[in-house]
Formats: sequence, structure tokens, C-alpha cells
Amino acid sequence: MNQFNQNNKITFDIEVDSLVKKFKEFIAVNGVSFKVNSGEIFGLLGPNGAGKTTTIKMLTTLIEPTSGKARVANYDIKNNKSNVRKNIGIVFQDPSLDDKLTGKENLIFHGMLYNLENKLMLKRISEVLKLVELEDKANILVENYSGGMKRRLEIARGLMHQPKVIFLDEPTVGLDPQTRRKIWDYIIELNKKHKTTIILTTHYIEEADFLCNRVAFVDHGKIVALDTPEKLKNKMGGDIISLKIDFPTNKDIFTKIKWIKNVKIINDVIELTVDDGEKKMLDVLDIAKKNNIKVNSVNLRKPSLEDVFIKITGKGIREETGSFKDKMRMIHGRIR
Amino acid sequence: MIEFKAIYVIWLREIKRFIRAKSRVIGMIVMPLLFLIGLGYSFNSLVHLSGNVNYFDFLVPGIVGMSLLFTSINNGASIIWDKQFGFLKEIMVTPNSRISIALGKIIGGASTALIQGVLVVIIGVLLGFSLSVTAVTLVFLVFMLLIAITFISLGLAIGSFMSDFQGFGIVMQFVAFPLFFISGALVPVTTLPTVLKYVAYLNPLTYGVDGLRATLLGTSTFGIGLDLTAMLISSIIMVFVCAWAFTKGNTT
Repeated sequence: MNQFNQNNKITFDIEVDSLVKKFKEFIAVNGVSFKVNSGEIFGLLGPNGAGKTTTIKMLTTLIEPTSGKARVANYDIKNNKSNVRKNIGIVFQDPSLDDKLTGKENLIFHGMLYNLENKLMLKRISEVLKLVELEDKANILVENYSGGMKRRLEIARGLMHQPKVIFLDEPTVGLDPQTRRKIWDYIIELNKKHKTTIILTTHYIEEADFLCNRVAFVDHGKIVALDTPEKLKNKMGGDIISLKIDFPTNKDIFTKIKWIKNVKIINDVIELTVDDGEKKMLDVLDIAKKNNIKVNSVNLRKPSLEDVFIKITGKGIREETGSFKDKMRMIHGRIR
Repeated sequence: MIEFKAIYVIWLREIKRFIRAKSRVIGMIVMPLLFLIGLGYSFNSLVHLSGNVNYFDFLVPGIVGMSLLFTSINNGASIIWDKQFGFLKEIMVTPNSRISIALGKIIGGASTALIQGVLVVIIGVLLGFSLSVTAVTLVFLVFMLLIAITFISLGLAIGSFMSDFQGFGIVMQFVAFPLFFISGALVPVTTLPTVLKYVAYLNPLTYGVDGLRATLLGTSTFGIGLDLTAMLISSIIMVFVCAWAFTKGNTT
């Protein structure tokens, strides 16, 4: 469909090159570069105020970047806004429904703005309403919807014109676990069925881990790591076995053993990093017994993306009380 | 460049919202009613105008103009609501030209303003307005439409640069009220002090109200031709100003 692509085999639906957004003196996005393959589910994971939403707003042509380049669906976001808009769908972080209209009317409004032919539009509307299980609520005013219903309607709306690329900005924030799970299923189904490229922002670790083919960690307006969730977790170098003990003990007992990669003692808990945690657990208990360490409880866990994030940035993802700068980034993201 | 489907659906949304907001309909009738009774009835015997026109009859087209002015600026400024509720983003991210989006808002707002204008005329007649039925009477609808287009565009242009309603009250005070008072809506323009008279000549509403008088009452200061020309020019200018503001303003 595009001469640009016929020469190279790999196609990217999103190409971002050193994108920067400054609000006056404040730098919200500080030189972000990444590429998203066609048909991929790509995640931007980071704490609130990291610059994720600002990045999305630039890619969806809602705000102009200060510098840097980006192409979405092979169109330049600065010079070819109209074609970018034709090829994308977006579910915003903040609500964006007209609550004086019914659910169905909101969808009709959307369909007509995307110039869908009437019959096709009505067909799509009933399809997406079914998908998000709102068929029976279609004709009541949105102001009477619950938060979860509104979110589902917005997602239905974003899917309606079957765009090539969908942006989901914190798609499941504030939803109950069942609804969240359902929305994850829709997202995966959409990706499988229509080969839609999906880029989502989230500060939920499980969401990024469960959905994304690749994840970029965003912190302070920059990408600090980018890889598949598996590879990112491998950076931790193994599983973590933690032992709860009665008396403080000497670290050396464990550090001198070869297959224990890392030892951390926090008060009465010893954390050991090992490969193949399930098998090594018994060995660890043996060692403890031999050295007369009384173990009260033992726990094995696989490293999460959160562990990796902490390792890289020195802070957790859900720490709501971010720095002053993070808050500024958030406020600017909202206003703009 | 112009997407008719987008204009249509944005218009449709304005109409639906208008029909569903019943309190708005009541609210927009009360103020003209108060002005007509409070001002028209009480000043009727006090004020003697040249010619054979009583003050109440003189006032009715002025109040029609007033209600159009305020509703229109408000309709335009409703874009601030759309912004606050995030709905504007949904519109702006669609592949439609900014001018189509602005036109949809303008035509939608103008339609509801027209309904209100006609209601005020009916109220005036019920209160004793001596409507002069001539060949040009129905042209009052054209004047209403042009007044509405001019001031909705103004409201939209101002609203494009605002992110909340805090500043909007000030705009109403510094823009809408002067436009109303210096327009010949309450007293003939010719009786205004010289400086204000020239200000009034630059105010589109002056010609709008004069045109309404020409069509509804059969008397006018400038003549229907000049009124119509002035209103057409102001409408066209304001639509362009609005389209410009829409691309330059803070619309996300």
C-alpha cells in the first residue's frame, strides 16, 4: 500500500525518533525513540506522570511535538495529520463520552465522524456493543452508566472503525478485576482477529506482562528499558527464594555457594536469587538445616516486571507520591 | 475540506442536547420575559419616541436580539464544556477538517438560537407587541440566523482559548454586556452620546436589531438593505475568525 514499505520486509506501524515535548520550561517527554511492529501489542509501562500520555497525545496528533519525528501507520504525525487520524483509534485515559447522549448515539456520532457507510456502521455498532456486553444498555443515557460501563463503551467506540493502529491510554484504570480481565480478552481478540497494532500505556504490571509482546519502561520522560516481558524479567537473573528466619544470620553461608546468584538480607528475611527456583528450594532448606538456621517459612516467587523496574529505576511503578516533576508532568498532561 | 456528514452529526448532537435540556429552554425564556415586563411595561408610558412607536413595541426586537446574543455566545462557549468533559478530544482526533467541526458547532448552535428567537417573538406578541405583517416580515428569520452565526462564532473563538469557566464570566461582562447595551436594543442608537454612537456603528448587533425592527415592526434607522449587508459581512468575518481560533486555540 505504500512504496516506502515494499523495499523493506519488516513493517513498522509506529516509528518514533527522539520525540521531545516541553511545556514551557518543563520537559514532559525527553527524547523517546522506539518502533512498533505491525500487529504487535506494545506497552509503555511507567508510573503516573512518566510522560506516557503526552507521548500518546503527540502520536495521535492532539499536540505538536517540540522536536523529533514520528510516523504512525506510515504517515508523518506533523505533515500528514489527516492520514494519521484516518488510520488510528484511541481510547483516552480520561472519559470522553457525551453523557447527554445514549450509548448507541455516542457510537453513531463516532461512526459518522469516521464517515462509515450507514449499513456498515449499524452492523459494527451491534458487533462492538455485543463484544463489550452493553447491548441491553445501548439506549440509555451515558450519564446513567457506571464507570466500568463507560470504559467499555469507550473501548467499543475505539474499535468501531477498525483502525490499523489503536492507542489505549490506561485502558483498565479504575475497573474491577472481572471487567479488567474481560477487556484484556477483547484486546487480545482484536489483535488476533484483525491484526490490529495496539499500543497501550499502563501502570499496572500484570497488564503489561499479560498483554504485551514488548514493553518499554518509561521514567522521567525517557525509555529506560525495552524488551519482551520475558527478557526483561530475565534481567533479574532468576527466581527469588525468600526465607523467614528467627535470628539474624551470616550472609556468607549463602554467598559462598556458586549457584546462588545474589543474597539480600532484610531484617528477618533472606532473599536468594537462583535459577530453577522450584528445584533449588529443597537444597536451600538443606543448607539452612546444616547451618542450624531455623526457617519459619519459605516462599518462592518469579521476578515480576515491577522487580525489574525497581532494579532499573530505583523506585516502584505504583508509588503514587512521585516527585514534584512527575506531578508537573501529570498536570500538564491533563491540561493540554 | 468540508465534510458534510461531520457537520450534520455535530449539528444533530447540538439539537439532541438542546431538546433534552428542558431547564435550558425555561431558563432562556425567563430573562427576555422579565425584560419585556419589567422594562417594557414600566417604561412604556415614560418614554416617548419620535414617530408613532411606543416603547414596548420598540423594545421587543431589541430583546429578541439580546436573547440571541446571550444564547449564541453561550452556545459557542459550550465548547469549554466539551473540553472539560473530554468530548472535544474525541471530535478533534477524527479525520475531519477543523472548519467542518467549527461549522457543525455553528450551525447546531444557530438552530437552537433560532428556536429561542422565535419563542421570544411569540412571547412578545402575546404580551401585546404590534407585529407588522408585510412582505418582508419573514426576513426576520434571516436576521436571527445571521446574529446567531456572528455571536456563536465569537463564543467559539473565545472558548477555543479557554480551558475552564472561570474566565468565562469575565468575558460575558466585558464582551456580551457592552455589545448588548451599545446596540440600540434598549434605546435608539441616534439618542446615544456621540462616542458611543460610533462604537454602536461598529457593533454587528446594532444592525441585527435594526434589521429585526425593520422586519417585525416596519421601522428602522439604517434601512433593511444596509442591515442585511452589515450582518452578512460580520457573519462571514466571524466564521473565519472562529475557524482560525479553532486551529490555533487550545482545543484538546
